[in-house]
Amino acid sequence: MSVVEQPALRVVGRELVRHDAVEKVTGRTRYAADVEQPRRLHAALRRSDVAHGRLRRVDVTPALAVPGVVGAYTAADVPNNVLWAPVPGQLPGTGAERSRANMLAEDVVRFDGEPIALVAAETEDAAAAGVEAVVVEIDPLPVLDDPLRSLDEDVPVLHEGGNLLASWEFEEGDVDAALVGAAAVVDRTHRCQAVDHAYLETEAGTAWIDADGVVVVRASTQVVEHHRTLARFLGVEDNRVRVIAPYVGGGFGGKEDLTVEPYLAFVAHRTRRPVRMTWSRQESLRARAKRHPAVMHYVTAADAGGRLVAQDIDLVLDGGAYAQLSAAVLLWSAMSSMGPYRCANVRVRARVVYTNNTPSSAMRGFGAQQVAFAYENQMDALAAALGIDPLALRRRNFIEAGDTLATGQVIPTHVALPELTAAVEERLGELPQPSGPARKVGRGYACNLQSYGFNVWMGDWSSAWVGLEADGGLTIRIGVPDIGAGQASSLVQIAAEVVGVEPERIVIHIGDSTLTPLTGRTSSSRQLYMSGNAVLEAAERLADDLRGVAAMVLEVDADAVELAAGEARAGEDALPLAAAYAACIARSVPVQQLATFHAPTGPRWEARPDWRGRIVPDFAYSCHGVEVEVDTETGRVQILRYVAAHDVGRAINPQSVRGQIEGGATMGIGQALYERVVFEDARNVTRKLANYLVPTAVEAPEIETIVLESGEGLGPFHSRGVGEPPVSPPAPAIAAALRDATGATFTATPFAPERVLATLAAHGVGR
Amino acid sequence: MAAELELGFELNGTAVRCGAEPHWTLLRVLRDGIGQTDVKYGCGEGVCGACTVLLDGTAVSSCLLFAPQVAGRRVETVAGLGSPEEMHPLQREFVERGGVQCGFCTPGMVLGGLEAVALDLCGSPEEIRHSLSGNICRCTGYRGIVESVAAYASLPPTDRG
Repeated sequence: MSVVEQPALRVVGRELVRHDAVEKVTGRTRYAADVEQPRRLHAALRRSDVAHGRLRRVDVTPALAVPGVVGAYTAADVPNNVLWAPVPGQLPGTGAERSRANMLAEDVVRFDGEPIALVAAETEDAAAAGVEAVVVEIDPLPVLDDPLRSLDEDVPVLHEGGNLLASWEFEEGDVDAALVGAAAVVDRTHRCQAVDHAYLETEAGTAWIDADGVVVVRASTQVVEHHRTLARFLGVEDNRVRVIAPYVGGGFGGKEDLTVEPYLAFVAHRTRRPVRMTWSRQESLRARAKRHPAVMHYVTAADAGGRLVAQDIDLVLDGGAYAQLSAAVLLWSAMSSMGPYRCANVRVRARVVYTNNTPSSAMRGFGAQQVAFAYENQMDALAAALGIDPLALRRRNFIEAGDTLATGQVIPTHVALPELTAAVEERLGELPQPSGPARKVGRGYACNLQSYGFNVWMGDWSSAWVGLEADGGLTIRIGVPDIGAGQASSLVQIAAEVVGVEPERIVIHIGDSTLTPLTGRTSSSRQLYMSGNAVLEAAERLADDLRGVAAMVLEVDADAVELAAGEARAGEDALPLAAAYAACIARSVPVQQLATFHAPTGPRWEARPDWRGRIVPDFAYSCHGVEVEVDTETGRVQILRYVAAHDVGRAINPQSVRGQIEGGATMGIGQALYERVVFEDARNVTRKLANYLVPTAVEAPEIETIVLESGEGLGPFHSRGVGEPPVSPPAPAIAAALRDATGATFTATPFAPERVLATLAAHGVGR
Repeated sequence: MAAELELGFELNGTAVRCGAEPHWTLLRVLRDGIGQTDVKYGCGEGVCGACTVLLDGTAVSSCLLFAPQVAGRRVETVAGLGSPEEMHPLQREFVERGGVQCGFCTPGMVLGGLEAVALDLCGSPEEIRHSLSGNICRCTGYRGIVESVAAYASLPPTDRG
């Protein structure tokens, strides 16, 4: 379905086979841990076994005595072990105002699993023995594990300046007055748990010193621009470190922060030898950053006609032990917390705090996911309170293009939620009967908005290089890391469309901070938007030159020349692109183009509650509908049908788009029903994949996707980002379906059997 | 440092010999001893299926087998099935039906699917899903994978490679 007619295209919009898929399915792709080098060392980390404590003694001498150990290092060995960064978004006089990142703990450990010492050895076994031999003595300190207590007087202060990591606040209208006159008020607290990204490829990489003395780190990462941070740790200039991102075995935000890279860079720099580090699955589960646990108190009010009159929102996110990307995640939570709904009276108070739990940071949805659970739960409860159909209530409140949110953000493009909700409703049809007497069936819907692109004051840009080869093939150079969503192959498709080279004749070089034009991180659903526009512009410039030269050769107007199927054609006459290349060279016309796409920019958010303005370029919208059956005796929830409708603007590769929607919805379902990282006194006890329940093919339902092409996005060919949007609606949609089935209200994820039974019992349902 | 074991087995149709320590897993022998990097480390617990190989035709988690257990036996990995130029029919289905995204689960998933079809455990989409439940994919949502295996299972046995 589509909102506006779009021109038919030659390559864009086709379900082309992804070039990387062929390499991957035959086992040829060299992931981060798949390259070997002579005299390579193996590096491993000694981690803290306590969640909070003062380091009394760290002695690496016994490790150095282990046969095969080449080096053993502590914080004192790292040139710049501690890096500080300003924390954006805080109100004046509050919070720590700057954040700390350290390679290895010094003086204090703040979470269980924090790296304390680094060992480099000739073999994996020697490295493991060396790690064991390091002597670590820690005086335990009281732990802080409850984010709701982080700002109390009597708790440990984890960072200088206090436990408030960041805050965002804004208020529009008069919330208190609006609540007084409302026909229905829903006052609830919603909770989301910590979850792990659980990509199949754990954190891994190699590093070496190249011929120019540059430190090269080839690692599984979403960000090659980390070369700058690595340079700071090492105390060298930025251009002395190079980061290469090979094809990544899944990212989902978990490889946006540094993981293995600093340790690899340090060992290579220090020993001048190649080195590899691979985090075990158990290390990855224990110590790498999680999704922010969130406690979200909402008071939402509507008039008798079902129009929202007030949203009073208080968010507390658990940032864990270090800041990482928490301040930005909180901004995404805060700006998305009102949902895709109009409301004149809004008050948002959002805070992220330090605890001794595993650090929290980027995860698909980036803070906009948790609030979707809260605002959609609220909409459902309001609908019930007013006796209005849940979708009808939403339709009375959807934002539209041109609306201004309480943040001051203007909605720049079409909001297709009316079309999306209608499509899902129509697809679902009749609700089936329960399969047994103790079972109940129900249906639920959820909508969401998710920005794509960075915030506008970051001055976001992305560059791409496109060059024609003498034989008529095409080469693309672009710094984008491909984390599995088809980032590279979509860019090939765009270039093929514009330059008229067949996709099989295009080679794309990606993910190198030194040799490919930089594009910024693969995060925020931004790569198709940003890098796609950069490739589009470079390809269009090249195509303009090719058409101009071909026109001279063919003696026609440039407008008459069409680039397709490897040739420049004007009516019956055609010039193969190899000949066009020669003609360009003969006329000193460039056959390569470097283009930079700049996202819209705007003034920086000021740390005062009355600041208003644009925060992000645009949003993507979706609606999911689900039918569930719940067994009131066992608490088991089964998904009977699942429909996901998304406005993607335009599908560059429909297969990749569908893959993102199916995979994102499945991940969201896993987080809604099964997945949780469990902390006991701030110790992360979810240390085995066997204890972390990722959906298998049995649990994952068939996702019925509906792709709407509104032609309204800001990306190439009017596309929108689609990586993150599908992960948010599953939890609130399933909660709504459970309420529809049982009458019980589910305000905390995951809806695991014991919680379902407890919730049903509290509502007097079932036994 | 000489390895304690001199291990011999058949890998993708070729006899190989490799030094190994007795506590090494087959996964480690394949990846670090031989350089067979199409076999992936995913968890080391036998949960995710990324390290799946065929041992005498049976799909096993190579992270759960010790090196001495494979002496003299036949090991097949996804790279032995086909090449980019000449893909195995099941590999081709994965590529064409969106069964591959990040690709890290793919080698194990293809071998798991191959065994499921060989054992005739692919009669319905539900049966395929159960047959593949030892292989985790975090990217796709499984639809493309299940359809790939179903399409391959529906081929006449003579066309299954």
